[in-house]
Amino acid sequence: MFPLPAMTNYWLIATILCYAASFAGYVTFLATSHRNAGRAATLLLALGLGAHYLALVVRSQGSHTVPYDDLYGSLSLFAWLLAATYLGLELFHRQRSVGAFVLPVVLIVMLFAGRGPAVPAGQPPASGPLLALHITMNVLGYAAFALSFVLSLIYLVQNQLLRRHRLQSAVWQFPALETLERMSRSGVVVGLFSLLVGISFGLMWFHRIYGRYWNGDPKEIITLVILAVYAGYLWIGRTAAWRGARASALCVINFVFVLFSYSIVNLYLSGFHRFF
Amino acid sequence: MEIVLIGLNHRTAPVELRERVSFTANQAQQAAEELRSKGVLSETLVLSTCNRSELYGVPPESAEDSTGAMELFLATFHQVELMALGPSLYRRRDREAVRHLFRVSAGLDSMFLGEAEILGQVREAYQIAVDHGATGPVLNRMFQAALEVGKRARSETDIGKRPVSVAFAGVKLAEQIFGSLKGHSALILGAGATGEQVVGHLRDRGISRLRVANRSRERAQELAARVGAEVVDWETLPAALEWPDMIVSSVSSPEPVITREMIERAMAARSNRPLFMIDLGMPRNIAASVTRLYNVYLYDMDDLSEIVEQNKRAREAEVPRVEAIVSEHVDKFEVWQASVETGVVLGELRTRLQAEREAFLRERPAAMQHLSAEDRQRMAQLMDEMVSRVLLEPAERLKGVRDLRRKLQNLEALRDLFQLNREKP
Repeated sequence: MFPLPAMTNYWLIATILCYAASFAGYVTFLATSHRNAGRAATLLLALGLGAHYLALVVRSQGSHTVPYDDLYGSLSLFAWLLAATYLGLELFHRQRSVGAFVLPVVLIVMLFAGRGPAVPAGQPPASGPLLALHITMNVLGYAAFALSFVLSLIYLVQNQLLRRHRLQSAVWQFPALETLERMSRSGVVVGLFSLLVGISFGLMWFHRIYGRYWNGDPKEIITLVILAVYAGYLWIGRTAAWRGARASALCVINFVFVLFSYSIVNLYLSGFHRFF
Repeated sequence: MEIVLIGLNHRTAPVELRERVSFTANQAQQAAEELRSKGVLSETLVLSTCNRSELYGVPPESAEDSTGAMELFLATFHQVELMALGPSLYRRRDREAVRHLFRVSAGLDSMFLGEAEILGQVREAYQIAVDHGATGPVLNRMFQAALEVGKRARSETDIGKRPVSVAFAGVKLAEQIFGSLKGHSALILGAGATGEQVVGHLRDRGISRLRVANRSRERAQELAARVGAEVVDWETLPAALEWPDMIVSSVSSPEPVITREMIERAMAARSNRPLFMIDLGMPRNIAASVTRLYNVYLYDMDDLSEIVEQNKRAREAEVPRVEAIVSEHVDKFEVWQASVETGVVLGELRTRLQAEREAFLRERPAAMQHLSAEDRQRMAQLMDEMVSRVLLEPAERLKGVRDLRRKLQNLEALRDLFQLNREKP
């Protein structure tokens, strides 16, 4: 499928296989409601997370920090945290039916990450526990937002099906509207929390090295914007005018800022943050 | 070991006849006792629901024509002419009796395909029989397997998944919006039968608060008392609409009793928390334009009937998968039955040969006169060992036969050749 690099990271292959099998399990569960298919999917996802962790460890050997300085590594980290956050939400809300929509996102990111070299070419310019925590927590934040994005999208679809009386099978397989809303909100809460913590670590790290907090990097500005729009969602989503579909639409739109931060800002605007 | 079943159900008998031969829990127990004390059956179980009356049993080894005796018993017990009963009865043996029970418990034999109640009724009938010691190893095994089949059919296939009644479809739809109904509230308008069915399902699904409103306060109070709800004055209806998460309306009224303005006001008062409404009225009770309001979900009788039709077809499509589960368990049961049978036949064979040995020694006292008591005992022991050795290989072979049919044939042959047939001392 993809040309394997010279130094093959077998854990990465195991990870992708586990995620793919887990995806198949979630789809089967969604289509047939077989409880065992759902259980198998969750188990495979957990196995995949384990293998993925080892893949990340193998990848980071030598650089002594979490992968952030190369696109593939940081995507892999993103996928891992996305899958982990999803598993957390699934277990917390006891709701398996959205796995079929989250796993494809994880898989696509992983397949892309898997195309990169098994071990990054050069030594990253900076390392240290503060930086590692800053990166991990921020990426976790973005992963949680991505999850809320998927959940809100499903909410919008389910809401349309219910309002238009399209009562074919999909309606019965999706989680309830209120469950989706709750899951989406908990995703945002997790995201906001980890982003705040991540930013704090980043600022501390920056202060230690350069003696000041604010760098004026466009990435810092867009991150503050992201914090603001998601905090806004949490607040506005409980008001009379917005609760329900409008709040979910807002959550979907908010994710555009995350994508903007991840793409345009990283590639063209920021000199400092390259891949996360 | 034989299993027999006679019974009638909604397919074979009209409701008048089914009513006459149905058993209350007490009668079921009494019938089971009589069947055993009269020696008709050694293990019995009576399964009686609104759609079926069935007698399951294991006759004693020596019994002949046990179904005939069971039919006669059923007719006498309920004082029904045997002639009137006969044509409606089905009679099944062994494999077919087992399959019948498994299909019943999987919901394949129900009036509403895949309905869930039957599994509970089978469990209850089994529990009663066990409590009174009416069952034995065979029926225990068989009914435990039947419960497992029922569970698997419902968890592994969609046979019982989607609602096939309008009332239940409405409640399931509410769950697609609210998730669990715990912590939610419902207002019932009108005291009609379908409305009451919905209420029953709402209660089953754990709804927290229920209120009832009706033009005639008396009827509202009756319904409220039956289902454990509060009564709301019909006159305060507009204000009462602010309170519930769910409204079920089945009022007979020529024009809508709930207008768009009323719901608009209610939604403002409940700060747009989702409102789910089922309109079972004919003509409709709720202005159709409320569907355009934000966070309002309205379904009428047609919507729900359509779901029900779709779901019925979906359930029918699941039948082959359920039949496969049934067959799997029928085979499994038969394998168990054959292995038990093997043990029984081998045991009988050994007893038989030992009896021969004893008779053999007893018939020849003269030949053993010169032996001391100790030697005689030793000799008997050696002959027992000999019997064991002779039996060893055939026993191993018999147990090792994989093919079920052949195994049963072998067992039958053994019984036949050594005259082990149903001759209990």
